[in-house]
Amino acid sequence: MDTTYIVAFVRSVQDVAGTMLGLDVEVGAPRIHEGSNAGNDVSAIIGLSGDCVGSVALCFSSQTAAGMVGKFVGMEIDPESPDFTDGVGELANMITGGAKSRFSGNRSISISCPSVVIGHGHRVFQQTDMPVIEIPIQSECGEMLIVVSIRAAEEASVRAAG
Amino acid sequence: MRIMLVDDSQTMRNVQKKILAGLGHTDIVEASDGQDALSKVGAANPELILLDWNMPNLDGMGFLKAFRQKNKATPVVMVTTEAEKARVVEAIKAGVNNYLVKPFTPDDLKSKIEVTLARAA
Repeated sequence: MDTTYIVAFVRSVQDVAGTMLGLDVEVGAPRIHEGSNAGNDVSAIIGLSGDCVGSVALCFSSQTAAGMVGKFVGMEIDPESPDFTDGVGELANMITGGAKSRFSGNRSISISCPSVVIGHGHRVFQQTDMPVIEIPIQSECGEMLIVVSIRAAEEASVRAAG
Repeated sequence: MRIMLVDDSQTMRNVQKKILAGLGHTDIVEASDGQDALSKVGAANPELILLDWNMPNLDGMGFLKAFRQKNKATPVVMVTTEAEKARVVEAIKAGVNNYLVKPFTPDDLKSKIEVTLARAA
């Protein structure tokens, strides 16, 4: 995977956390994602289309997600409330949108509206024909994983033709 | 002054409402997507619209193009994660008066509103 994508997500999460959550984050070393996110309680998933294709998932425990959304809205948030899933989705939207603007250049790339999955031990599977990288993000709220699986559309076309 | 907030995220609308309240703006009309905004904007008659881009049903650009066919005067600020230059140009061509990229600080929003209203006056 082009490291430009990873750098863009690191910059974007630092920007969103600092600007909208007032939260310092520590970015761990990106690594190949070999599991399926089992053990997380909450995932927010966004698809990319156009000149880049793939998906991005933000994965956290309920406690971490509630802490981050609480920082975002400026008050304690109940993980059972609709505001919780909405806030998680908006975090994913801002982080992915911010990253997209950093790596898109002259390419035309669209992002989908976020989908939020809740349930302990749920599993998220990205496309199997492209590498999946996870970026661990630590903060006072706990750990969040950004799971990135993206490539240029022309690479996808070549693979399909081959 | 009445302000219309158009964003599919209730959380983002709440964040913006809190900032606007701090600036003394409490007459707020909310819409959850472009379609909802089109159905409300005539009766609400806002003096300023803060508009998200990526929304289900009808996105911000779809709303803007339809709205500008009937109303060229009411200032619209696009508030979005879409930060690419080509997107900004596209939005300006379609009739936005200003552009604010998420994430933003309260001061960023305040400044965009002030500049936009001053230009429109």
